[in-house]
Amino acid sequence: MSAETADRPGRIDARPVRHPGRYVAIVVIAVIVAMMVSSAVTNANWDWSFAFQIMKFKPVVNGLWRGTIVGTVGAMVIGVVLGVILAIMRLSDNPVLRGVAAVYVWFFRSIPRLVLLVMFGTGLGYLYPSVSLGIPFAEQLGHFIGLSADATTVGHIDVAHLSNSIIIGILGLGLSEAAYMAEIARAGIQSVDQGQREAAQALGMSAGKSMRRVVLPQAMRVIVPPTGNETLAMVKDTSLLSAIPISVELFFQTERIGSTTFKIMPAIMAAVLWYLIICSILAVVQSFLERKFGRGIGNQRADGGLRARMLGLAGGGPR
Amino acid sequence: MTTTDTQHDLPIVRALNVTKAFHGNEVLKGIDLDVHQGQVVCLLGPSGSGKTTFLRCINQLETIDGGRVWVDGDLMGYDDRDGQLYRLTEKRIAEQRREIGMVFQRFNLFPHKTAVENVMEAPIHVKGVDKKTARAEALALLERVGLGDHCDHFPAQLSGGQQQRVAIARALAMKPKLMLFDEPTSALDPELVGEVLAVMRELARDGMTMVVVTHEMAFARGVADKVVFMDGGVVVESGAPRDVIDHPQHERTKSFLRRVHAEEEHRVEAVTALVGLEGSADGDPKGAGQPPAPDGAAGRAGTSSSDVD
Repeated sequence: MSAETADRPGRIDARPVRHPGRYVAIVVIAVIVAMMVSSAVTNANWDWSFAFQIMKFKPVVNGLWRGTIVGTVGAMVIGVVLGVILAIMRLSDNPVLRGVAAVYVWFFRSIPRLVLLVMFGTGLGYLYPSVSLGIPFAEQLGHFIGLSADATTVGHIDVAHLSNSIIIGILGLGLSEAAYMAEIARAGIQSVDQGQREAAQALGMSAGKSMRRVVLPQAMRVIVPPTGNETLAMVKDTSLLSAIPISVELFFQTERIGSTTFKIMPAIMAAVLWYLIICSILAVVQSFLERKFGRGIGNQRADGGLRARMLGLAGGGPR
Repeated sequence: MTTTDTQHDLPIVRALNVTKAFHGNEVLKGIDLDVHQGQVVCLLGPSGSGKTTFLRCINQLETIDGGRVWVDGDLMGYDDRDGQLYRLTEKRIAEQRREIGMVFQRFNLFPHKTAVENVMEAPIHVKGVDKKTARAEALALLERVGLGDHCDHFPAQLSGGQQQRVAIARALAMKPKLMLFDEPTSALDPELVGEVLAVMRELARDGMTMVVVTHEMAFARGVADKVVFMDGGVVVESGAPRDVIDHPQHERTKSFLRRVHAEEEHRVEAVTALVGLEGSADGDPKGAGQPPAPDGAAGRAGTSSSDVD
């Protein structure tokens, strides 16, 4: 095709642009990192060996599992499921459902999680020491016509007993999370082209089926990244559970060890390391989910990843 | 109004005095249309004439304000009990739509599914066909539209013409008795129009009943049994393509056809110029001197599927 001759130039073999700034940045960063590492190793007050020991203490591991991890998973399950339902309500034709969803989001986004958890922990048990499951207002009506309350009641929940359990914590965090997830899910659903729903309808799908089979799977692409953010935030917000008060929780446990042994920093670092580990694992899960729901969209990275970009140091840079 | 049809059976589509307004702006002002079994009807008209809206009223993607639409004897969207209409539930309307295939201007394939998955989706999840049968039928349909070797491609990996052919296969998978086409070639690059029209032509030859909104005059002239010219929300003129396209009676039809013709000629000139340029660049004189086809669209309407990856 393109025969190379003296007056017809051939393949380009040019020197790339140099980036001396990158070498300067590497030197500066290396010095700072070296200083930090040196401090961490030489300053005995860090007491890393005790920090690692604390990480493995039984109450700490117990708090990590039954408080932090169970709390995060439970709250996010409630948050995502309720959030998607609220988003669909918010987008429905039914003005009542729309209004209810809007008020819910307004309320739970306005209350600080800490305040909400204190409210749930102490307030609920105080207001409703026990909840009876039955027909609404049956007790009042039964009293009116002379029936005992037991006749209309299906079961009891002892709220006072539950009030400092993880269930209340999960409920509080989950209800709060649902308000944020509702907005994220709504944005995701609205990002899907109207033509997708029309195509599904034209094939004879009902509104529910086209939502489940066509719209939501595509909305997930938009929903997953901010949901990852929310999950990481939730891991950290489980440290608020101590406000309920719940003692089976990572930060509460490490802090208690810190205050009884007077080794404050090692204790805090034990919690920090655990948070880092959990959040790193979740980041991997998120990237896996992004790849799954990015199917067919063609968002495969075109650049050659880290290696190619670092090689760009020698020149070239982003293509 | 209607032409004398040779068939005496009940029409597949019967629309009577259909009206529709968007926010007080009346876009359909009493449309009548009969489409009989096996007929191909092309809806022509300038943009804003209401032809796409009317097409969407047939399968209830738009609700109508007045008149009636029957498809295969079923009143669309309503239950008529002794003269009183009751709106059908969303579920029943979804059932009515199963009988009607639709092809969109922008294809609207499901981007998270491969070509064959797009075609299998509705048979499995709407009709309850088992997965194996659905896949076999989907592969046969993709073969039929000339995409047998592209079944595992995602829509983003296909050209516009290929996507539209998958969309046709997807609609056919529900075994519809009627196919609606909403400007199926308007979003395509000129060189990809032919492959889609070829599939539609074949479909018409196989006896599919079709209502097609289009600007492709050559297709309308060659394939349609009836053309309907709409403007300003009314049917201005309808009849056999030879009558309406070649001997229009109304001034509005004439001026529209003149405009379309001028535009097509312009397009042909542009394409010819392009072909000439490419020809000389390749050092191949063959392409340069080719005369333009006598009728703009006719030339490329004939070219069949050329796969572009």
